[in-house]
Amino acid sequence: MATATADHAHDHPTGWKRYVYSTNHKDIGTMYLIFAIIAGIIGGALSGFMRWELAEPGIQIFPGLASMVYGHEWESAAALDAGKHMFNVFTTAHGLIMVFFVVMPGLIGGYANWFVPIMVGAPDMAFPRMNNISFWLLPPAFLLLLLSMFFEGPPGGMGTGGGWTVYPPLSTTGQPGPAMDFAILSLHVAGVSSILGAINFITTIFNMRAPGMTLHKMPLFAWSMLVTAFLLLLSLPVLAGAITMLLTDRNFGTTFFTPDGGGDPILFQHLFWFFGHPEVYIMILPAFGIVSHIVSTFSKKPIFGYLGMVYAMVAIGFVGFIVWAHHMYTTGISLDTQRYFVFATMVIAVPTGVKIFSWIATMWGGSMSFRPPMQWAIGFIFLFTVGGVTGVVLANAGADRSLHDTYYVVAHFHYVLSLGAVFAIFAAWYYWYPKMFGYMYNETLATLHFWVMFVGVNLIFFPQHFLGLNGMPRRYVDYPDAFAFWNMVSSVGYLIMALGLVFFFWTIIESLMKKRQAEDNPWGEGANTLEWTLPSPPPFHQFETLPKIK
Amino acid sequence: MNSTIARLAKFVSIFLAVVLPTAAFAQGVGQPVDGALGFQESVTPIMDSTKAFHDGLLVPLITIIVIFVTALLIWVMVRYNAKSNPEPSRTTHNTLIEIVWTVLPIAILIVIAVPSFGVLADQMTTPDGERQYLGSSIFSRADGEKVPAPEVTITATGYQWYWGYEYNDLDGASFDSIMLSDADIAANKPNEPRLLAVDNEMVVPVGTTVRMLITAADVIHAFAVPSFGVKTDAVPGRINETWFHARKEGMYYGQCSELCGKDHAFMPIAVRVVSKEEYAAWAEKLKAEDDVEAANLTLASLK
Repeated sequence: MATATADHAHDHPTGWKRYVYSTNHKDIGTMYLIFAIIAGIIGGALSGFMRWELAEPGIQIFPGLASMVYGHEWESAAALDAGKHMFNVFTTAHGLIMVFFVVMPGLIGGYANWFVPIMVGAPDMAFPRMNNISFWLLPPAFLLLLLSMFFEGPPGGMGTGGGWTVYPPLSTTGQPGPAMDFAILSLHVAGVSSILGAINFITTIFNMRAPGMTLHKMPLFAWSMLVTAFLLLLSLPVLAGAITMLLTDRNFGTTFFTPDGGGDPILFQHLFWFFGHPEVYIMILPAFGIVSHIVSTFSKKPIFGYLGMVYAMVAIGFVGFIVWAHHMYTTGISLDTQRYFVFATMVIAVPTGVKIFSWIATMWGGSMSFRPPMQWAIGFIFLFTVGGVTGVVLANAGADRSLHDTYYVVAHFHYVLSLGAVFAIFAAWYYWYPKMFGYMYNETLATLHFWVMFVGVNLIFFPQHFLGLNGMPRRYVDYPDAFAFWNMVSSVGYLIMALGLVFFFWTIIESLMKKRQAEDNPWGEGANTLEWTLPSPPPFHQFETLPKIK
Repeated sequence: MNSTIARLAKFVSIFLAVVLPTAAFAQGVGQPVDGALGFQESVTPIMDSTKAFHDGLLVPLITIIVIFVTALLIWVMVRYNAKSNPEPSRTTHNTLIEIVWTVLPIAILIVIAVPSFGVLADQMTTPDGERQYLGSSIFSRADGEKVPAPEVTITATGYQWYWGYEYNDLDGASFDSIMLSDADIAANKPNEPRLLAVDNEMVVPVGTTVRMLITAADVIHAFAVPSFGVKTDAVPGRINETWFHARKEGMYYGQCSELCGKDHAFMPIAVRVVSKEEYAAWAEKLKAEDDVEAANLTLASLK
C-alpha cells in the first residue's frame, strides 16, 4: 500500500477490513440491515415462544424451556418458577430487541444510512468514522442484552423480566441480580450509538445537500430522518439519565426512585416516557418518509401537499415530546394533569390524518401499479390507520382506565409498530433491494410474502383488541380460561406470519442465485429521487461531481 | 344538538349491546366471557359512562373512519390504476381540501373531547353526595345520577404476589387475599374460575359508595376490576384513591395490571358484593374478632 495511490480517494479495503473498518455509508447501511435481520429473527423467535405458551390456558412451554436452558430439574417447582420468570424475560427482551435492535437499526441505520446521503446528493455521511463506531457499538450492546439472559435477575430466575419499560422498584430491589445491570449497560451503549448516528444525520442533512437542494426541495425521507434525528438527540439523553439513576439506585445506595429515601418510583416513569413517547415516533417517522416515496413512485405522481407533509412530520415530532404522561393515566396523576395529556395527545391525530389523506390524494388521479413495494405501502396505510384510531381511543384517559395494561394496548402498538413500521421496513426492502444489491427479485414471491404476512399479522393482533376490552391484562404467562378462544386465534395467526417470513427469505435467496441484473431505475418515470440516477448497485463513491438540483 | 347526539349515542350503544355477545351470553357477571368482543358487564356508574363513551361514541367513530379510509383506498386502486388511468395528473395542491382534512378531524376530536373530559372527571372525583354523575348519558350531566358519599373505606395493598385488604372503618381489621390453586378450587369453590378465585374476597355492601386507598409494599402493582371501571396503580410509598358504587350483588373479578414479577398473573382481585344486611353482619364479626374466616362463615350462614 503505497501512500502515493491513496491521495485520490479514500482507500478501498477488501475482505473483512472492508466492513470492520468501513467508513462507507452504503457498506455500513448494509451491515445495519443484516444486523437488523439477525436481531429480528431472534426477537421474532422470542415472541413465537410467547404465542406458543399463550395458545392455550395453563403453563405449558416455559418450565420445560427453563429446564433445558438453565438446567432446573424437569417438572420441579424451581423449573415452574424459573419458567414463569422466563416468560417475563422473553417479553422484556422481545420489546427491547424489536425497538433498539430491529426497527431502529433497520430504518435509521440501514435505509437512512444508505439513502439519505444519496437523496441529498452527498458523497457520504458527514462523519464517516463516527458512522463506523455508531454501527460497531450495536453488536456489543446486543450481546450485553443477550448475556443478561444468562445472569441472575430476581432470586431463582435468570435474566431481566421487568418489561422494556424497566419500572422501579421491580428493576431495582425487585431484581437484585446482575442481569438488570447488563440490560441497562446494553441500553446505554445502544443509546450512544443512536445519538452519534443522529448527530451524523443532522450534520449531513444541514451541510452536505447538493447545490440547489434547499430544505423545501429535499426528499421526504431525508426530512423524516432530520426530524427523527432531532427526536433521538433530545430524548435519548433523558433515557440515559434515568437508567443511570437506576444503576446508582441499584449499586451505590442512592434513592432517586425509592420512597424510603425521599425518591419516587413515578419520577422514573416520567423520565422514561419523556424518552419513550418520542421513541415511538422515532420508529414511525422514517416509515412515513419511505411510504411517501413509494406511493409517489408507483402512482407516477409527485407527492400531494409536500409542504403539508413536511410540517406534519415536524408537528408530530414536536407534539410527540409533550404527551408522555398518557402512558401514566393510572399512576395517580391528578385530574388536571390527565386533562392536559388527553388534549395534547388527541392533537397528534390531526397531522397524522394530514399524512394519511395526503398519501391517498397522491394516488388520486395517478396511474398506479401494484408492484411489491406498493403493496406493502398500501398495506402500511391501512394498518397504520387501524392502529391510529385505537390510539385516539387510548388517548382518552376515561377509556384508557379500562384499557390500560390490557391486550388492547398490545394490539394498538403492534398495529402501528409490528404492522406499521415493519410493513414500511419491508416496503423499503422491496423498493430499494434492486438498488442496494443490484439484483431484481421475483415479484410473485414478494407478493406472496405480502399477502401471507398481511393475513397473519391481522390474525395475531386484531383479536387482541377483544381480549383487552374483555379485561385480559398484558404480560401474563397464563390467563383465565375465558380468554382461550381469541388467544388461540392469535397464536394461529403467528404461524401464518411465520410462513410469510419463509417467502421473505426465499425471495432473497432466489434473487441472489438467479442474479438478474437490476436496471438503474426499475420502477419507471415515477421514481425521481437521486438514487435512481445511479447504477444498481451504486459505485463505492457516488457524486464525485455533485449533482445540481434545479 | 346535544340531545340528538345523546340519543344517537344511546341508540348505538343499545345496538352494540345486542349485537356484541358480551352482555347477551354472559354466563357470569364480573368475569370475562370466552369469545367476547367487548367490555365485561358494567355494575357501576363509572363503568356505565366508560362503556357508553367507548361503545356508543368511540367505536362507531373509529369504525366509520377506518371504513372511510379503506373505501378511499379501494376507490383509488380501482379508478386510478395504470389500466383505467394511463395518464397521471400532475396535481400537487388543493388548498381547500387540505384545509378540510385538517379542520374536519379537529371537529371530530372536539366531539370526542366533550364527553371524554366528563367521563374522566367523574372517575377522578370521589362522590360527595351532591355531585351529579354522568352514568350512561355521557352528553348531558342533567340526565345523570347522584352517587352517595363513601360509607366504607378500604386500603388495598399489593404484595408480591397477593393483595391485602384493610377495613379502615372496622378498627383496621385486615386480611390477605391469595389466589386458590386448582386443587383448592375443586375442593372448596368448585364454581369459581381458575386464576380468579381467591381464599378471602374483599367483601363490600351493594348500593354503597366504597372509597379505595391503594398502595403497595414492594414493587408497583395495579388494582383493577373491569366491571367497576376501576384501575389504579399501587405504588410503594404512595396512596392512590379511587372509588366505586356497585349496584348489583355478586362476585366481581379483576387481575393485577402492572407487571410485578414472576407471579404477576397469579394475584387476582375478587370483590364480593353482598346486601347491606349481610355486609353489616360480616363487618361486625370481622371488627369484633379480626378473623376473616369467622366473618366469612357468618356470611355463609346467612345465605
